Amino acid sequence: MVIEFGHYALVLAFALTLVQSVLPIWGALIKDERLMAVAPPVSVTLFVLVLLSFVALTGAYLNSDFSVLNVLENSHSAKPLLYKFTGVWGNHEGSMLLWVLILVFFGALVGAFGRNLPADLRAVTLSVQGWVSAGFILFLLATSNPFTRVANPPLEGADLNPILQDIGLAIHPPLLYVGYVGFSITFSFAVAALILGRTDAAWARWVRPWTLLAWGFLTLGIAMGSYWAYYELGWGGWWFWDPVENASFMPWLAGTALLHSAIVMEKREALKVWTVLLAIFTFSLSLLGTFLVRSGVLTSVHAFATDPARGVFILGLLCFFIGGSLTLYAWRASTLKQGGLFAPISREGGLVLNNLFLTAACAAVFVGTLYPLVLDAVTGEKISVGAPFFNLTFGPLMVPLLLALPFGPVLSWKRGDLAAACQRLYAAFGLALVLALVAFWAWGMEMVLAPLGVGLAVWVMAGSVSEIVTRVKFFEIGPKRGFARLVGLPGSAWGTAFAHFGIGVTVLGIVTASAFQEEHVRTMRPGDTVDLSGYEITFDGAAPRRGPNYTEEVGHFTIRQGGAMVTELDPSKRIYTARQMPTTEAAIHTVGFSQLYLSLGESRGDGAVDVRVYFKPFITLIWIGCVIMAFGAACSMADRRLRVGAPKPARKRPSAPVAAE
Amino acid sequence: MIRPLLTSLLLCLSLVVSPALAVTPDEILDDPVLEGRARALSAELRCMVCQNQSIDDSDAPLAKDLRILVRERLVAGDSDEQVVDYLVSRYGEFVLLKPRFAWHTLVLWAAGPVALLAGLIAIVAALRRRPIREGSAEAQAVSQLSEEEERRLKALLGNTD
Repeated sequence: MVIEFGHYALVLAFALTLVQSVLPIWGALIKDERLMAVAPPVSVTLFVLVLLSFVALTGAYLNSDFSVLNVLENSHSAKPLLYKFTGVWGNHEGSMLLWVLILVFFGALVGAFGRNLPADLRAVTLSVQGWVSAGFILFLLATSNPFTRVANPPLEGADLNPILQDIGLAIHPPLLYVGYVGFSITFSFAVAALILGRTDAAWARWVRPWTLLAWGFLTLGIAMGSYWAYYELGWGGWWFWDPVENASFMPWLAGTALLHSAIVMEKREALKVWTVLLAIFTFSLSLLGTFLVRSGVLTSVHAFATDPARGVFILGLLCFFIGGSLTLYAWRASTLKQGGLFAPISREGGLVLNNLFLTAACAAVFVGTLYPLVLDAVTGEKISVGAPFFNLTFGPLMVPLLLALPFGPVLSWKRGDLAAACQRLYAAFGLALVLALVAFWAWGMEMVLAPLGVGLAVWVMAGSVSEIVTRVKFFEIGPKRGFARLVGLPGSAWGTAFAHFGIGVTVLGIVTASAFQEEHVRTMRPGDTVDLSGYEITFDGAAPRRGPNYTEEVGHFTIRQGGAMVTELDPSKRIYTARQMPTTEAAIHTVGFSQLYLSLGESRGDGAVDVRVYFKPFITLIWIGCVIMAFGAACSMADRRLRVGAPKPARKRPSAPVAAE
Repeated sequence: MIRPLLTSLLLCLSLVVSPALAVTPDEILDDPVLEGRARALSAELRCMVCQNQSIDDSDAPLAKDLRILVRERLVAGDSDEQVVDYLVSRYGEFVLLKPRFAWHTLVLWAAGPVALLAGLIAIVAALRRRPIREGSAEAQAVSQLSEEEERRLKALLGNTD
């Protein structure tokens, strides 16, 4: 009964999306206030309906209602409660429902909090959001209905894929989807701007916070996915340049570019047309990512044929939204006014350079991801494009970007002074140089690239710190007044500094963990000890253990340093009973920012087992950097200047301490 | 049972279903130099039955066979190129994770640099076009102040300082 109710709510939601798709935009075009006013309540009701249907499906999972096909295929009564809950989105249908839920949630946010937007802009934006919602709810209902019943329900379900039975599933997909789908709002704003033929101040002000929100969550989502793969897959890799990873990385690259071009647009009214195009690109790449992952086209071109309805439907949606918005862009972009001139050496110029490299990198990843598919489809030739290719094409594009990064924030708007900018970065450059030399000295000359990488990371980190320090003139006015000025800095200044510092931290982690990782692979008998990076790792023996829905073989290791015990680690190998599927559970010991990583391999009889031990120096910096970046996005969003309604003239505020010279 | 697998949330994760340990102790060569070369080569060779995994990362039986094959060739005295050529002749170019530079991969390799170059040209073109557009009616409407007005404004501001 509850399931049918959920199904009905979803059908009703589809009907409402049609209302939202047509009435508000029609009202905006014939200037009818009443029709435009339909949008906000409809968008909120739509969210409530999809939420109800999501709750109905969740209920079926929690009650292990195996009369629902989706629950039957992906759940098991013995599964821990957390995984019953997260299992809702651990499958195709459920994850698409979560996708749609977040989509309509964003629509409802604009509906509920968009009061200070011009009425017609809000109406058209919500209509565009309605088109996207309609397309994806129809996709759910027509090809991926999570509410399908089975006539003779069996007693037990097929269980969730064991690899997904992890806390990661509770966090990673929702974060990633908020990021992916969050870009739908900037997309809808961009399309609305094209339809209305204008990008006014309100438009410019609204794009940036939404982009920041989506970008911050996408950053966290990608980082979480990376860490999850790192500890779950058992060989300590954290980024594989897998097409599915690329599918989330491309919107991130485009979104990062969008974030920066939106600053130019907001502050200087320049780059409007380009920002509109980037907004379209970013969400298009999100849609493409959804298509790649959801259609199964990635595994092989033939998997596409196993469920053609689904693949073709989502490909149709993709063509409609991407093709439609780009056509609209080609037709209407010339109606948008360009503004704000600037010299090549200026803050704007720096941001254009950022956009150039990010877009080129995005293009390289895009072609690398899709080229094997296209080549296979066109010529039948099969090639592989993997990590070695991406490292070679993507890496060189990032180096100049990172080198130039610290200059951006210290250049002034309109016309910058490169010599003055250099002066402000002397200290950062000196520190980077010294640390790179120390790295050379410490690790010897055989590794040339790694010390340079360390220097680059320090340059980015120190650059963002010195931006803040020189901005408040910390050393010139003394620490007391300096702190007062620090507190008074606008949120977006902190946001920039944190996000840039975070990227430096991530780069440092990548460089050290890749270049200086130590690894030991060997068969160990109980009592054996291996030495790695100053640790003595002793294998005490392995024993079987039973979990709720799996059995496992747990190895017990004692880690000592100079004879003193540091910790005990228990990596294991599990067999999930329902699917008879094996997984490895690595054991990780964190020392400072570095990690000791143990995983078990095959058993060799008489208690011996293959063991793989890694020491990964500073590896956690990779993910810590991402968290710092997301924190930067949050700082920027907290900037009160973003919350001031743009159409009204800005209120006179008492000057912030920064301005009070 | 393959469908829920394929469509499960994280395709990349769900397809790597076996515990991955890759190189096993019995495969490792005694000569550390040869073993180092074998590991470096393995990282660039694809496990053909896996999704986007190198034979160095994969635990599939085929990957193990290929790792042993690579080591056999190295022990027999082959150079790195000879090993790769041998594997390509046996399994086709699909085995390479980094495709060779050739006509059919030209677009692939050129994409990044060409995008960068095209962007650079577009930016330079936009910068060069601007002085002409600055004088046009459209640009004046946007910047509101003409150059002459801006000069006068600057002069006025300079005087008051």
